[in-house]
Amino acid sequence: MEKKVIEALGISKSFHDPITVKVLSDISFSIHAGEFVSIVGKSGCGKSTLLYILSTMDTNYEGDLFLDGVKMNNKKDAELARVRNEKIGFVFQFHYLLNEFNNLQNVMLPGLKFGKLPANEVEHNAYGKLKILGIESEALKYPNQLSGGQKQRVAIARALINEPLIIMGDEPTGNLDKKNSDIVFNIFKELAEEYLQSLLIVTHDLDFASKTQRTITMEDGKIISHGVATSEMT
Amino acid sequence: MKIKLITQISVALLKARLKQTMVAAFGVTFSITMFITLLSFMGGLNDLLDNLILNRTPHVRLYNEILPSRIQPIVRSTAYPGAYHFVRHVKPKNELQQIRNSEAIIKALKNDANVRGVAPKNTVAIFYNVGAINLTGVINGIDVDAENRLFTFQDYVVQGKSIDLKNTPNSIILGIGAARKMLVQIGDNIQIMTSEGTRFPLKVVGFFQSGIEEVDKVQSYATLATTQKILGKSASYVTDIQIKLYDMTMAPVLAKRYNTLFETEAIDIQTANAQFETGSSVRTLISYAVGITLLIVAGFGIYNILNMMIYEKMDSIAILKATGFSGRDVNAIFITIALSIGLVGGALGLIFGLGLSALIGEIPFNTASLPTVETYPINYNPKFYLIGAIFSIITTYLAGYFPSKKASRIDPVDIIRGK
Repeated sequence: MEKKVIEALGISKSFHDPITVKVLSDISFSIHAGEFVSIVGKSGCGKSTLLYILSTMDTNYEGDLFLDGVKMNNKKDAELARVRNEKIGFVFQFHYLLNEFNNLQNVMLPGLKFGKLPANEVEHNAYGKLKILGIESEALKYPNQLSGGQKQRVAIARALINEPLIIMGDEPTGNLDKKNSDIVFNIFKELAEEYLQSLLIVTHDLDFASKTQRTITMEDGKIISHGVATSEMT
Repeated sequence: MKIKLITQISVALLKARLKQTMVAAFGVTFSITMFITLLSFMGGLNDLLDNLILNRTPHVRLYNEILPSRIQPIVRSTAYPGAYHFVRHVKPKNELQQIRNSEAIIKALKNDANVRGVAPKNTVAIFYNVGAINLTGVINGIDVDAENRLFTFQDYVVQGKSIDLKNTPNSIILGIGAARKMLVQIGDNIQIMTSEGTRFPLKVVGFFQSGIEEVDKVQSYATLATTQKILGKSASYVTDIQIKLYDMTMAPVLAKRYNTLFETEAIDIQTANAQFETGSSVRTLISYAVGITLLIVAGFGIYNILNMMIYEKMDSIAILKATGFSGRDVNAIFITIALSIGLVGGALGLIFGLGLSALIGEIPFNTASLPTVETYPINYNPKFYLIGAIFSIITTYLAGYFPSKKASRIDPVDIIRGK
């Protein structure tokens, strides 16, 4: 558990339009391999902004970001795209599945883009991921034929397809009812415990956060608590 | 692998907007169809009009013109070297219009590697006697075989056969306008009179229609021998030597060479018919301009549809980028969409263009001035199809370029946070 998958050193970000507002100031923290971490805070505290910086999608910040020990600053668009493809699995509040493709193809897309494995192996893996999430029977349906909870599970399968270093979630249960939220949480928990998958989930659901291994609390663009790692999840 | 994936995504996006895509492709199809049809038709028409003149015009014509002496006596004086002479009193000599030493010239020309054929010709100004009045006319004395071979003479003989001219002694093929005035039929005899007053009977063996009414009222054809007989000249009397070349573009150079070599006037087809070249090129220019305008309009259609597609697919683009597709991949996806619209639309356009021009080529087109033409002329030049194909790809690429660039610059954070 010594390896740091993500390390942020003094990350700051300001919005300049219409007036300069500092949304993140001097954020430093790290996540170890296999950790299941949540970030909580009130709306507008900058937690989502931080997540997008960590995901390399937002490059407009100050400070240093290391992913898997590699510095991410000043990398080109195409290089960052490859990093996202290979090392980060993303789950959003909204599922963002492509309606033109069936669920299986949606899961396969990042794998095909990675191009490390031939298409039939990617397909086999995609089936495997769907099976872990218990929705392999929906593989050949299209996203608009699924319920909200099922869609989110397909999105999680898609995040897993390239065996990412870390899964990042931006309010992944924000759009789901209690029952589906629990299902998604249990999937995350299972991934963390059985597959030793690192997870970083931004949420404002304190109940959800309390069940993770560690909770980072943010307020007004600053980290006010790094939380204590609880080896045993409740 | 990567190309396959990008194609897959492009096809999926295309299918999602099938109707609009088809409308865009139809725009390209329509413009390419019209482009091909327009150019083929215009090309055919140009060829027709050019051939009307070119088929019947020698590439180089040798003749004698009555000109004043080039060397006036004052020039020979050494008293005023380098001065401008305006004392000119030696008028044209009473020279014959005959080309001197014509037999030797014809022989030399026939051995020239540039020359496809030589047709000697006489022009005799005459009067047709019609009852109490005389109509002015011109008889061209021709070598029937050479004229048929080089100038498709037979095509313009609308009644009778050109070969009868050779086989019947003292025969004439009358211009159809003149024949109508004289109320003659094939087989009739007519009287003509030369400018010197000699009368001569000729047998009508055919009618000739050039398509130019003024010409048909005046001109007739007889053999060289007949005209020589009318004029009372020897068998070497030839006023014009008409030359067809293998390569028409060499005419100006060769005309100049023959001019000095044979000491006759020599005029090339480019100089004699400059206006036809201009007419053809302007018509071609107009058809290209119209065709390319159509394509550009189709290009705007593609541009619009891609822009709309990008707005609609903002989320998809964002998620593709979030899951590791780079800006270049997104760019490639939309360029692929644009190009496939262009390729499919363009290919259909080429086929429809061929069909439509073939259809136009079947429409009857009868006009008195063009006896050899029965349907609308179409030029099936592969060059038009090549240009159409290249232009359809270029315009669709340009139409796709800016929307694709926009799509590639979409910031996924903006889209995802905007929800």
